[in-house]
Amino acid sequence: MGVGVAASDRVEWGFTSSAYGLAVLDQSQHLHQADDKSPRHLESVLRMLALSCQRDQRDLFEPLNLVVGPGECIELLGPNGSGKSTLLRTLAGLHSQYRGEYHSVAAVYQGHRLGLDELLSPLENLAWFAGLQDQRLDRDHALAALARLGLLAEAHTACYRLSAGQQRRAAIARWLLAEHPLWLLDEPFNALDVQSRVLLNEILYEHCQAGGAVVCATHLQLQVDGKVTLELEPVAEVLV
Amino acid sequence: MNQLLQRELTSTLRTRGSVTNPLGFLLLSLLLFALVDPGAQGGQGSYLSGIFWVLILLTNLLSLDAMFRRDFDSGALEQMLISAHMPFVAVLMRIFVHWLSSGLLMTLFVPLFGLLLGLESETFLPIMLVMLVGTPALSLLGSIGAALTVGFSRGGTILALLILPLFLPVLIFGSACISAAVSGLSFAAPLTWLGLFSSSSLLLAPWATWAALKISVEMQ
Repeated sequence: MGVGVAASDRVEWGFTSSAYGLAVLDQSQHLHQADDKSPRHLESVLRMLALSCQRDQRDLFEPLNLVVGPGECIELLGPNGSGKSTLLRTLAGLHSQYRGEYHSVAAVYQGHRLGLDELLSPLENLAWFAGLQDQRLDRDHALAALARLGLLAEAHTACYRLSAGQQRRAAIARWLLAEHPLWLLDEPFNALDVQSRVLLNEILYEHCQAGGAVVCATHLQLQVDGKVTLELEPVAEVLV
Repeated sequence: MNQLLQRELTSTLRTRGSVTNPLGFLLLSLLLFALVDPGAQGGQGSYLSGIFWVLILLTNLLSLDAMFRRDFDSGALEQMLISAHMPFVAVLMRIFVHWLSSGLLMTLFVPLFGLLLGLESETFLPIMLVMLVGTPALSLLGSIGAALTVGFSRGGTILALLILPLFLPVLIFGSACISAAVSGLSFAAPLTWLGLFSSSSLLLAPWATWAALKISVEMQ
């Protein structure tokens, strides 16, 4: 069902940039529903134009041309070392060695490091994160998000006392509260048990339903209806 | 902004060791000097005023390494770089809390240190004033080095090599202040210089630290 987007160097930009290019290719229902909210849907959340990330002056994958509109869930696949994490870090603005262009709205980034201060409780971490963005934490909102992730009892427990899976769920609460349309997720299923994986798939689906977009690097298949698969193609080795 | 400050304060208070250990180091090393040269009195022309500032610099250096290390390892630094609405403030809060737990704390302990060094009790207040003006520059300039070396697993030595030269003006004018104060002379001129260093690094250092943090996070 997934559509492989094998990007080549010279794709006509006008062609790919039709905001629902990818959505229409995919015959799932909710994406068509999303089409009805046309003005919002026309805006793209993320655009990549011949984007290729580099490490040590070497391209990691073939250049990507991709438009991600609201409601789309991109499953980012590729073998180890193919540049999935680097692509996500680039899109988050943490990696500046790349060729091409990208344009992105405000995004949540979840890397391998969770971004939680282990000395603080999940609730305090959420308050800090809200403070970073110059917002006040809505306590009820935050508790509701933690409750959804099954962490209500641990809301005031320092994070270093939580298990790896619980810490990961606390990090997910951060995405829910951030209210950013785009989520850039790097292996979010690590350390999660079966129920939490189901829950995370639900959360991703709901986020897309609500007009958000997800780019998720994973080795496990996403169980999200209407997902689009993007496989990074490693650059062919050139023998010198 | 309150939430940022609160978080820094809470996590600093929960790692009490990072606050008390440098203070213990300063106390012990001053004690060593007092033991080695029991006859030395911190009177006029004494080397002790210089030693005092040197030890303060070294103590500061000890605590600097930990300034961003935990945030780097936990990924909180990445989140800060991505999401901070006001980068200057986010960095400044961390530096401010570092100063509270190093510079200000050491200032409060000056009477104890003064007794160890055999200083006259009427010089305590001037010394505290000098430290109050001079130590912010140490935390501010030090944060640049801490941010640059946070990506190295053992950045301590490189941090010292990077930062000690930047600390020299503070050392020079700081010890000039203290030796003038001990001799009962006016120390307004070197104090003004110290104030100038602190206030100009207040304006510039957070930006440099922010840029250095970006480099460190990107290099990993």
